[in-house]
Amino acid sequence: MSKNIEAKDLNIYYGSFRAVEGVDMSIKEKTVTALIGPSGCGKSTFLRSINRMHEVIAGAYVEGSLELDGQDLYGPGMDPVLVRRKIGMVFQRPNPFPTMSIYDNVIAGMRLNNKKAKKAELDDTVERSLRGANLWNEVKDRLDKPGSGLSGGQQQRLCIARAIAVQPDVLLMDEPCSALDPISTLAIEDLINELKNDYTIVIVTHNMQQAARVSDFTGFFNIEGTGKPGKLVEMDETKTIFSQPTQKATEDYVSGRFG
Amino acid sequence: MPTGTEHNETDILGPELDLPATPDLVPRAQGKLPRWAPWAILAASAVVVGGILATVGFSIGLWVVLTVVLFALATYTTSRVVEGPRKATDRLVTVVVGSAFAIAMIPLISVLWTVVSNGVARFDAAFFTNSMRGVVGEGGGAYHAILGTLIITGLAALMSIPIGMLTAVYLVEYGKGRLSRAITFFVDVMTGIPSIVAGLFAYALFALVVGPGVRMGFAGAVALTVLMIPIVVRSTEEMLKIVPNELREASYALGVPKWKTILKIVIPTTAGGIATGITLAIARVIGETAPLLIAVGITTGVNLNPFDDRMATLPVFAYYSYVSPGIPREPFLDRAWTAALVLMVIVMLLNIIARIISRAFAPKTR
Repeated sequence: MSKNIEAKDLNIYYGSFRAVEGVDMSIKEKTVTALIGPSGCGKSTFLRSINRMHEVIAGAYVEGSLELDGQDLYGPGMDPVLVRRKIGMVFQRPNPFPTMSIYDNVIAGMRLNNKKAKKAELDDTVERSLRGANLWNEVKDRLDKPGSGLSGGQQQRLCIARAIAVQPDVLLMDEPCSALDPISTLAIEDLINELKNDYTIVIVTHNMQQAARVSDFTGFFNIEGTGKPGKLVEMDETKTIFSQPTQKATEDYVSGRFG
Repeated sequence: MPTGTEHNETDILGPELDLPATPDLVPRAQGKLPRWAPWAILAASAVVVGGILATVGFSIGLWVVLTVVLFALATYTTSRVVEGPRKATDRLVTVVVGSAFAIAMIPLISVLWTVVSNGVARFDAAFFTNSMRGVVGEGGGAYHAILGTLIITGLAALMSIPIGMLTAVYLVEYGKGRLSRAITFFVDVMTGIPSIVAGLFAYALFALVVGPGVRMGFAGAVALTVLMIPIVVRSTEEMLKIVPNELREASYALGVPKWKTILKIVIPTTAGGIATGITLAIARVIGETAPLLIAVGITTGVNLNPFDDRMATLPVFAYYSYVSPGIPREPFLDRAWTAALVLMVIVMLLNIIARIISRAFAPKTR
């Protein structure tokens, strides 16, 4: 189920503007990789390029290579829709589909992708995904109620359940806790720890304590100035990044001296 | 560099700011007008103005206007004396806003009242079951015109809703650059087309295709379509725009193709708004007279085939009954008023249907 990601000399452009420059990164399967860095440094852009979500913005393209277990995600004939089925994503703000019930939200991926499934199979998927997202006990009695009636933290876990219901290889999380209170954040972080048994997880966060708590590896992105492209400054095991980083900029950032 | 704790404040604030003195929160010796005060002032103003007018000659319009003016002034002055200037301004603005609302309501109520009181005389079963074939005086009805209006408006809706909705989807989800700007521009231009021009266009088109002197229901439907498309495009466009991008992204991230995201996520999320917009567009064209007058004409009998010959429609029926009544005139005028009343009832029903639809589709939170 889980796979390695390998980025080689990846440049990401929005039209003529180079947003991210020369990223070399290898992400191991069944690990949690945190991407940290100041705002506008390209970490979210890089994250979104992994499942080609940045292409939603007109004029966005990449140079270099990005491989999922040796398969070029930007190879000719590679359909971004298929890439996104393999690489799921959780967003900054919880975004359950407002017209759908909790049940329908979880199976939205299957249903919208025309997978023919029996009722029993769908029921199984819903229970498995909601249990996987630590939400089952809270919502099992009101699966037919709208997803937007849940609290923010529950909605975010519903979105995680929705993402893992399609059984992706990789789960990308773009600041998944920044709109949540500390209790909900704790619930999501516990969940990330469990999910890494099955999935490769990449998480963007502004919260360095969070990166230190949940991740095995940490990548630090930085930007030299406005209008300059963001770069991956350093990537290593999380404890190394937070205790003895090799780069001065990393040390300054993780010790709170800037950013 | 000043030292000592007493200077800390200036340290933090930097250069001294010229802030206005904070008003003390101690309640000042000010009263509050009792709840009945505005009503009492209003009644007093009415009596005073009425008294003055009674001496110089009474007129209801002048009486209402002067009462409101005096009421506004008296409320402001009383409130200023008792409650202070801020409350007084609040009360004055309340009176102005309320008066503006009342002025806006006058024509609406007047139209409703006139149409209902004049139209109710013939609002009977015969009006809904009889046509005008062979009727020269009393009796008769608008059965043929009601069916004609429903058929022609239905055809127009059938043509303009898909075109309009798909155009809006293109503009919001796909369109960019020059083509999309051009479409938006022409949709705006179409919104301003006088309805008579739409009628002439449809007539000219069918005269070219079928031959001069052509009259058919379908031509009228085409004319209404020309009027309806821009309204459908505009309202659908606005509705699609308010669907948060996050929902589209959530759907893309599940590996759902774009067309399916639009069909299954974007449109259902805002289906209520789109339905309301479409209903209002129908309500807007169902009362059109000029284009139907040109392209469809009028007839006295029932014609259910929109591709052959003249058809009766409610607006044109009302128009002809009014401008060229028979002798005696009264039955024709009565029927004209009732036709107008029926049109209003249809529009009202459409609005109720739109509300039900939008409630059924609205995203729920419980």
